[in-house]
Amino acid sequence: MRRRAFLSFQQDTTRQAPVASPRAGQGDVGTLFNPDVAGRPRAPTVEGDNDALVRNTELKLQCTCGCTLDIFTCRTTDFTCTYSPALHREVVALFAEGKTSEQVIAAFVDKYGEKILMAPKPEGFNIAGYVVPGAAILIVGGIVAWVIRRRVRRSAEDAAEQALAPLPPAATGTDAELERLNRELAEMEK
Amino acid sequence: MTLLGNFALWAALLFGIWGAALAFSNRWHGRPEVALSITRSVYAVFAACVVASVALWKGIIAHDFNMEYVWAYTSRNLPSGYLFSAFWAGQKGSLLFWAVVLSLFAALAQAMTPRRYAPLMPYVAGVTSAVTVFFVAVMLFSGANPFERLPFTPVDGRGLNPQLQNPGMMIHPPMLYLGYISITIPFAFAMAALLSRKLDTGWIHAMRRWMLVSWLFLSIGITLGMWWAYVELGWGGYWAWDPVENASLLPWLTMTAFLHSVMIQEKRGMLKRWNLSLVVGTFLLSIFGTFITRSGVIASVHSFTQSNVGYYFLAFLFLIAVASYTLLYTRWPLLEADVELESMVSREAAFLFNNLLFVGIAFSVLWGTLFPILSEAVRGTKITVGPPFFNKVNVPLGLLLLALTGIGPLIAWRKASVNNLRRQFAFPVGSGLFVGAVLAALGVRELAPLMTWGLAGFVTGTIAQEFWRGTRARVRMHAESAPVALGRLIARNRRRYGGYIVHLGMLVYFVAFAGMAFKVQREATLKPGESVELKSPFGHTYTFTHVGISQFKELNRYVSAATVEVAVDGKPDGRIVSEKRQHFTVNELGTEEASFEPSTEVGIRSGLREDIYIVFAGAVNGTEEAVYRFNINPLVWWVWAAGFILTFGGLITMWPGGGTPAASRRSAPQAGYGVELATARAGTEQ
Repeated sequence: MRRRAFLSFQQDTTRQAPVASPRAGQGDVGTLFNPDVAGRPRAPTVEGDNDALVRNTELKLQCTCGCTLDIFTCRTTDFTCTYSPALHREVVALFAEGKTSEQVIAAFVDKYGEKILMAPKPEGFNIAGYVVPGAAILIVGGIVAWVIRRRVRRSAEDAAEQALAPLPPAATGTDAELERLNRELAEMEK
Repeated sequence: MTLLGNFALWAALLFGIWGAALAFSNRWHGRPEVALSITRSVYAVFAACVVASVALWKGIIAHDFNMEYVWAYTSRNLPSGYLFSAFWAGQKGSLLFWAVVLSLFAALAQAMTPRRYAPLMPYVAGVTSAVTVFFVAVMLFSGANPFERLPFTPVDGRGLNPQLQNPGMMIHPPMLYLGYISITIPFAFAMAALLSRKLDTGWIHAMRRWMLVSWLFLSIGITLGMWWAYVELGWGGYWAWDPVENASLLPWLTMTAFLHSVMIQEKRGMLKRWNLSLVVGTFLLSIFGTFITRSGVIASVHSFTQSNVGYYFLAFLFLIAVASYTLLYTRWPLLEADVELESMVSREAAFLFNNLLFVGIAFSVLWGTLFPILSEAVRGTKITVGPPFFNKVNVPLGLLLLALTGIGPLIAWRKASVNNLRRQFAFPVGSGLFVGAVLAALGVRELAPLMTWGLAGFVTGTIAQEFWRGTRARVRMHAESAPVALGRLIARNRRRYGGYIVHLGMLVYFVAFAGMAFKVQREATLKPGESVELKSPFGHTYTFTHVGISQFKELNRYVSAATVEVAVDGKPDGRIVSEKRQHFTVNELGTEEASFEPSTEVGIRSGLREDIYIVFAGAVNGTEEAVYRFNINPLVWWVWAAGFILTFGGLITMWPGGGTPAASRRSAPQAGYGVELATARAGTEQ
């Protein structure tokens, strides 16, 4: 029913849909009933699209459409984007010129600026970006460890001083009471 | 409806101002009628927010397209479930949702908190009312009023963004909001403790369950967000370190730190200042997340449209930060620790370093999120900080945290002896090394996944050992069968063993995350009947055969469905369908016209080992020749399983009953006997 209902909507009489799709290797493929609602027309995939070098390079470069994704992810996800396919073609063309991945990335930085990189190069002020979190944790951790060590030592000294002082007469307990205390202390240790 | 909605918002504003002003004026001391008025103002704010919400929902359901919000986010052909979720789909509606949920939580806090905490409650009411007033004021005075009317009445609305038309979007945003919003209650208790100078563990007991509720909602919300991103966005992953994703992670990290460090305060009377700072910090980070989402100051795929609302949040953030930390500073001398740390090798120290890591990771995520702004301010150059940066900085920290998850429970409170350490660590370390060795023998050479899975083996060993020893002790002491002993062990100490189940959930997350290092993908253009092969990380060969593309009409969209036959190692294994959807609405002339760009529905088959993930990218020149992206994503199923485990553990932890907290035991009346402590301690060491 749905399919019939669909056929009655904006049916393009000039485009005849096949009754059954041809199978592989049998020549031409059939047209869609209504290509206008099937998304942006796509160009067939070429071998460069699956090249690991191309993909890994594109993962390091941002699409300029404002989506915040890298070129590879954008062109294989947002099929309405016209920027990422064009950028992909640029990457493939640069590789075709014999450039290495680093040279392709450098060419992109020259053309589009540093913002094109998915992560800033670890140089100059950018080093702070990479180093500050780890350094902060190490420094704070070091300070915490130093403070703890100092306090532990001070507590030990205090305890030693107290040990030298004469002890007040100890209270005694029955076996049952000792057993109960042991149990509760053990519970607290958990 | 708009009149009623506006009236209700104004009523909420005035009741809220009344309650907050009375609470902070301190005139309720010794005057129960004033304290009662404060409490009732909280209920009145809630009632007014409910009326406003009903008015908005009524407008949405009645298709009142004269209401700007209804026109902007719904259409006549929108499925009814999404009419419901359209309430929070846009900026204005989500602000009202925030206000109504906050007022509900505020009312519940007043109604459900035991009477012994009565001296705190007027201040709690004051803080929650003040925060609600802020949200209502933003709606009324910043152009974010959901009851705004259009000068004309359109025939149909613009409809809901197709990416929001997903069942996940009906639950994910409310869960995240519930998490964010409920943080206000622990914050209100912390402020109440500081204002009233009642800084014993009472405020912690009063708010601990609220903190767990908040943590649980946020955990579920984050996991549902990952699921939504995975099934809806189609990029083949679930976490992209997007600023808005990061914003949800920040309060979760500090809250998790608090849930650990609060145990030290309850058991040992330490870290009082730190715990208060964490609660305040968590609340500030929740407001910061709202600022990020609503200001457009940082580019994000999740952001609401750019508006000046964000700057109200920035001002509020600044105000709250100054007020809270000033108050904390003035109470500093009252927050001395009861005892000192006795050893570096103790559970307290392990918790301290665990806290350091949680807060360190939160700082690292915040730093990365804000670094583009900082860089532009310092160098004048715009830069991008994307997933490669976050992975490089945070993966080592995450591994350290995973290691501490296993180490913490193995170290004794106060001071661990060498013998104790040897006995505790032998099995977990052995299990970690065993897992690492097996994986290395199987050919896993990537360092990060190998370390992750090895550490996961270690943490599993720790958890298993804790359960085993606890169960064995019960079997011996009470002559119970092992399953009964295990059940009672958990039931009698829900907080501890529920916590271990949460740890189990976390390590399953880590295991699953590491699996994505091995994902494989390829693009292919196929005519009907043509195939492409893909080798999976588990060694299977998948053959994908394009069957064809069918087109049909659904309620509010045209669908182009591309079907793929799957064979695993040559054996047929069913079909997977991926779709292109073109949504439409009806214009003034009564004809259908496209709304939004075409969207993609991913075809997914999820398995314990790996997911088949197929994306129909489009048709070649309007023919049945289809362009696909095929992914094999290892261990993704375990991310969702981890979410369930974590939720289950969290529920056990917060379930009422299950033994008296240690702090209460410590503050219980003295037993009335005195013995030489040295003798007793010696007994426990043996």
